[in-house]
Amino acid sequence: MSRTTRTSRSALAAAALTTAAALTLAACGSGSGSSPAGGSSDSVKVGLITKTDTNPFFVKMKEGAEQAAKKHGAELLTAAGKFDGDNAGQVTAIENMVASGVKGILLTPSDSKAIVPAIEKARAKGVLVIALDTPTEPQSAVDALFATDNLKAGELIGQYAKTAMAGKAAKIATLDLAPGVSVGVQRHNGFLKGFGIKEGDPSVVCSQDTGGDQAKGQTAMENCLQKEPDINVVYTINEPAALGAYTALKAKGREKDVLIVSVDGGCTGTQAVKDGKIAATSQQYPLKMAAQGVEAVVNYAEDDKKKASGYTDTGVTLVTDKAQGGVTSEDTGYGLENCWG
Amino acid sequence: MTATTTPYSELAAPSTARRLLAAPTTGPLVALLVACAFFSVSTDQFLTGGNFSLIVQQVMVVGTLAIGQTLIILTAGIDLSCGAVMAFGSIMIAKMAAEGSLPPLVAIALGIGVCGGFGLLNGLLVQKIPLPPFIVTLGMLNVAFALTHIYSEEQTISNLPGPLTALGETFPLGNTDITYGSLVTIGLFLLLAYALSSTGWGRHVYALGNSPEAARLNGIRTSRLTIGVYTAAGLLYGIAALLLISRTGVGDPQAGQTDNLDSITAVVLGGTSLFGGRGSVLGTFIGVLIVGVFRNGLQLMGVASIYQTLITGILVILAVTVDQLSRKKAR
Repeated sequence: MSRTTRTSRSALAAAALTTAAALTLAACGSGSGSSPAGGSSDSVKVGLITKTDTNPFFVKMKEGAEQAAKKHGAELLTAAGKFDGDNAGQVTAIENMVASGVKGILLTPSDSKAIVPAIEKARAKGVLVIALDTPTEPQSAVDALFATDNLKAGELIGQYAKTAMAGKAAKIATLDLAPGVSVGVQRHNGFLKGFGIKEGDPSVVCSQDTGGDQAKGQTAMENCLQKEPDINVVYTINEPAALGAYTALKAKGREKDVLIVSVDGGCTGTQAVKDGKIAATSQQYPLKMAAQGVEAVVNYAEDDKKKASGYTDTGVTLVTDKAQGGVTSEDTGYGLENCWG
Repeated sequence: MTATTTPYSELAAPSTARRLLAAPTTGPLVALLVACAFFSVSTDQFLTGGNFSLIVQQVMVVGTLAIGQTLIILTAGIDLSCGAVMAFGSIMIAKMAAEGSLPPLVAIALGIGVCGGFGLLNGLLVQKIPLPPFIVTLGMLNVAFALTHIYSEEQTISNLPGPLTALGETFPLGNTDITYGSLVTIGLFLLLAYALSSTGWGRHVYALGNSPEAARLNGIRTSRLTIGVYTAAGLLYGIAALLLISRTGVGDPQAGQTDNLDSITAVVLGGTSLFGGRGSVLGTFIGVLIVGVFRNGLQLMGVASIYQTLITGILVILAVTVDQLSRKKAR
């Protein structure tokens, strides 16, 4: 009998602690949120769902959305998947946001196809859904897409690399994202197009997937150098992969005579361009994507007409300190002013 | 069989009854109710039938996995492969039905059967070699993950035939739309709760988790029981695979990557001891609901999702602490 009493007492204590923790944290959370709970009834609610909430790209996107929401007096709800590719997490976030009465949802889909049924359900309830950064498949599943032209981003660094090689025979390594992910495929194809070659060209001597991860980029580059020591051009899906490649090249003493080009324009990456580790990068603008997205939702809330439609290019700029004739670029001063992360 | 069961169940009956009353589930239930009360006050969208139906839909996949996980943890085992096995099952079902031109129901049966096969293999390796469950299922996690990606060729499979997503359809109950899948999950919880608390098999599972040696000396065929538990868990993962397809409407090779830890979280939050022999599937149901309610409630309040992870982490540590303290007192 006494044992039972004690057990339930500790259970009660646990419950009390749990509650206290929940209340405290929830209070902290809403305190640092974008809008006081009292204002929720009259202000427009906008949802932002990113692939993860740890990647600096998405952190910057969230910052852009917060600024825009503040400017327009809207309330911003945010959520993210647990990992890049967490479709179920994004579906749950969409459902919860629709339940909370959002007017529109801005989404960077983790899985371009798998997210479509959930988007359709949300749109059927009159919610404006805008894809940011990554298109859905089909692209028409959303009301609008605000994104970098990833093909163009790849093309710019391809053209740059071609010009910088000045007719020298190229041996190219491509450090890609992952199979079947549209962003990676488009950048890769854009690079090849800009360089003036086709998939399967013999000058591409090594292609590896990195998941956009620095450690994996380093491993991939080490393996590529093992396979083909004379590589002189490295295309990378993003700057972490580029920095991984740089580390691998440096270990072999090759960092000075290999041209690394990349895409992203994060602050760490842009600084690496300034330091001469990366030759050039195509800079994209997540803050702009989110800000334009929030504006579109606020406009929709004003008159219930979905005006945002189709694809809006949020721009891409080639950033380098070693400009090449015939390829338009900005220097790292400009790049660092406009970088994210 | 009856000859060995009867004396043992007489021995076990009082301790089972005490277990249900002294209740590792009391704490979780109180926590769930308090959380619900808190969110009801904080946001007016929380306390609606539609929202509760939504929360159950959102936890049905991990919930069904967690039933299998509970069975295994009750035997003092653990299963890290559940999410990956489910992902493989879902890709198999989706691909066979959408592209392999198999009748959908055959594809579903095959997919669930293959998941059961993974469970059987886990059980055989754990019991017959024997190997630690942690290692076996860690290996199986990678095997199933790789097979999923090889078999799917990294492609999400859409345009699925109707029967595959039928469990995602809803029927109205008053003003609330309920998915059939939610009913399946709740039905499975009730079924396994009954089996564990009221059948000889259930008592044997608890006995095995408390002390395999004592269970064996009491005449329980522990080897067959262990293999059976892992196989049953595998079949449950197969049903979870079907629920996953019906919920998202696609076969997604990236699915389930954190579901192994999420299911363990639910089991632990529900008051089941990781040391085996103590806990219940109804506790696990409360555990998944706690996770679902916090995720939904915090989202409705506009709290960023990273706080959900933070709170879940704190709750898990609290739950294990309670388990540890009450074990100490029970000694």
